[in-house]
This record gives sequence, C-alpha cells and structure tokens, in this order.
Amino acid sequence: MNTIIGIIIAAVLTNNFVLSKFYGCCPFLGVSKRVDSSIGMGAAVIFVMICASLVTYPIYYFLLLPLELTYLRTVAFIFVIAVFVQLLEIVIKKLMPPLYKTLGVYLPLITTNCAVLGVTIMNIDESYTFFESIVNSLFSGIGFALAMVIFSGVRSRVDDADSETPEMFRGIPATLVAAAIVSMSFLGFGGLGQ
Amino acid sequence: MSNISTLTKGILKENPVFVSLLGMCPTLAVTTGAFNGIGMGLSTTFVLICSNLVICLLRKLIPSQVKLPCYIVIIATFVTLIQFLLHGFVPSLYTSLGAFLELITVNCIILGRAEMFASKNKPFASVLDGIGMGLGFTLALFLMGSVREIFGSGTWLGIIIPGMTGHTMSLFIMPAGGFFVLGILIAVVSKLSKRKPPKKLGCANCPNASACNAKCEEASS
Repeated sequence: MNTIIGIIIAAVLTNNFVLSKFYGCCPFLGVSKRVDSSIGMGAAVIFVMICASLVTYPIYYFLLLPLELTYLRTVAFIFVIAVFVQLLEIVIKKLMPPLYKTLGVYLPLITTNCAVLGVTIMNIDESYTFFESIVNSLFSGIGFALAMVIFSGVRSRVDDADSETPEMFRGIPATLVAAAIVSMSFLGFGGLGQ
Repeated sequence: MSNISTLTKGILKENPVFVSLLGMCPTLAVTTGAFNGIGMGLSTTFVLICSNLVICLLRKLIPSQVKLPCYIVIIATFVTLIQFLLHGFVPSLYTSLGAFLELITVNCIILGRAEMFASKNKPFASVLDGIGMGLGFTLALFLMGSVREIFGSGTWLGIIIPGMTGHTMSLFIMPAGGFFVLGILIAVVSKLSKRKPPKKLGCANCPNASACNAKCEEASS
C-alpha cells in the first residue's frame, strides 16, 4: 500500500510528468491556450496512457521476456500501440458513437506522443507490477492534466500582456519563461512522500 | 534547391529547435550538461540520416494509408541500433540519457523530416537534409547544455571553470531551468537574426497536428 501511495505522490506532484520529466511537452505547450481544451486533452491523455499500459505490459512479460527479445522493446511497443489504436478507433466508432465524438480526435495522439511511449517504458524500467503500472499510468496522466490546466490559466494572462512584453520575448519565449515559473512552484513539493 | 542550401538550412535558417520549435522534450530534458547535449544530438543525427535514406528509398513502395506505422517502425529500428552502440561503447552516456534515447522514436524532427522531405526528394538530397537538420539540432542542444552546465554546475564538458566555484545556481540544472534557458535562447536567437520570435510550435509536420488543432479550433469557435 505504501508503494502505491508513493507512486501516486511522485506521479502527480514530486516528479510531475511534464514539469519535471518533460514527457509530452508538445501538447503541453501547443494546446494549453485555453482551460477547457486543456481539460479535454488531459482526459484523453489519461485514457490513452491506461490503454497503452494495458497492452504493452503483457507483451513485455509474456512475449519479449521469455523469448529474450527485450532489446526489441521500442519497436514492439510502438508497433503494438499503433495497431491497437487503429482497432480501438474502429470499435469505438461502431459501438460508442458519443464517446468517439469526444475522444476520437485525440486517438491518433497515442501513436506518436512521447508521454504515452514514455509511461510504458517507465513502467518496465521501474519494474512495476501490473496493478502498479495501471496506477502509475492513471496518476501520471492526472499529473499531466493538472500541469496543463494550471499552465493554461497562467498562459492566458501572459498572452493578454503580449503587447507589454519586450518584442524579443513575445510569443513562445515568454510562454517558456512562464512554464519555468510554474515548474519552479512544483519544486516546492520536493521531498514529499519519502 | 542546391545541395549546399539543403545542407546548411537546418543549421541556421530552419534550425529545428530555435526556429521551428521541434523536438522540445529531449531539448529540455537531457541538456543538464554540454556532453549530454552533444550525445543526444549526434544520436538523433544518426537516426535522422539513416531513416531519411531508407524512407526515401522506399517512398514508392509504402502505401500512403499506412505510412505512419511504416515510418515509425523504420525509425524505431535505427533507435534500437544506436541504443546498442551507445550501450557498448559509451555506457556512461547511455545511462544519463535514459529513456530519452528510446524516445528518439517519437521525436517530431525525425517524423517531420520523413514526411516533409525524404518522402518527396532524391536519396542524396535526403541524406544531406538529415545531416543539416541533425547538426542544427546538435548545435542547439550543445548550446543549451553549455549554458546550463556553466551556470548550474560551474563546469564545462566536465572541466571546472575557475571563479565559478561557490557561485553556481542549481536552478539551471533543475527542470525549471530547462524551460527558462530555452526561452531566453529563443529570444536571443530571434533578436540576433532580426526576426520575430515564433508564435506557436512547429506543428505543421506533426502527425498529431490534426488532433491538437481540431480541438483548438473547436474550443475557439
């Protein structure tokens, strides 16, 4: 039980997925312009990360490990994730049209997002059990969504002040400096849960 | 486009990090030291050159419906190769790059160049493009790594800089410092090249762009 709580605290606060591990910076910087779109994106990433961990865990422990093919992990994982997403998309479209409408646009993300591949690799590297892997994926996703929602609030203020920013900092540079300050505030959680 | 401009455009004019804002994750994550930056940059360059060449040679054979999975499998193969090479010859670098070595697979510079350049051009030009973009990426990572290492640890490529001892700011080698240094460097590069700093990420070549943008437009409408 202690390990589970440790995983949860680390994933959401102390080792936040975006702000201290830098997984998934593209969506973090690209979609965080508005609070409502970052909530949608965060929810989709949580869903997608759990699915990816569900498929890659058995692949690694029941296929690659017994056959001593662990070095093929990257190729196998990315291929399985890509195929699985295509299948999932077809199934959801057919069986659950409302869900498809909300999550459908995000599904292609699963294939080429470093947050998704990153969480599956992390589950293996930290040798988590199946249950721990799922918990880790769920809360890493929540950490991602939390960082994104907080940052979208900060960012809308920064964007409003665009005309007062020095010209060389307008746009992305100012956004990155704001991200640095948000990341610094998460440093305050350091040492928690040890 | 002449061969020389194909080679040099990636280094300055279309620098993947400072101008196109591609590959943000490794740029921010591994640049706590100058040596790590060079290592990550050169590994990515190797994968970029090889995947550009192979994808270019296979461009007529890959059906467009399944091109993304095909590209990713080709790229992942070369990533596995570079993992073996680093593990065997530079184990210290292999350990310090960690999971980000494997995550080269989903680096948008590589997928972007495959989609934008290699699938449309001749093999020789594709290799030149890979070399140019790779060197531009390496240069940017080396610069980031140098700034963070000098201010954060008081060393450069492991050599102790006299006068910096006792005056280091550990913030620079912390995650927050990554965002900060990159923001400053982009601003400085835009100032020096007399251009406006970029307004948004270079999502044009990203296979995820449709997903991200669709939601942005939906939210703003």
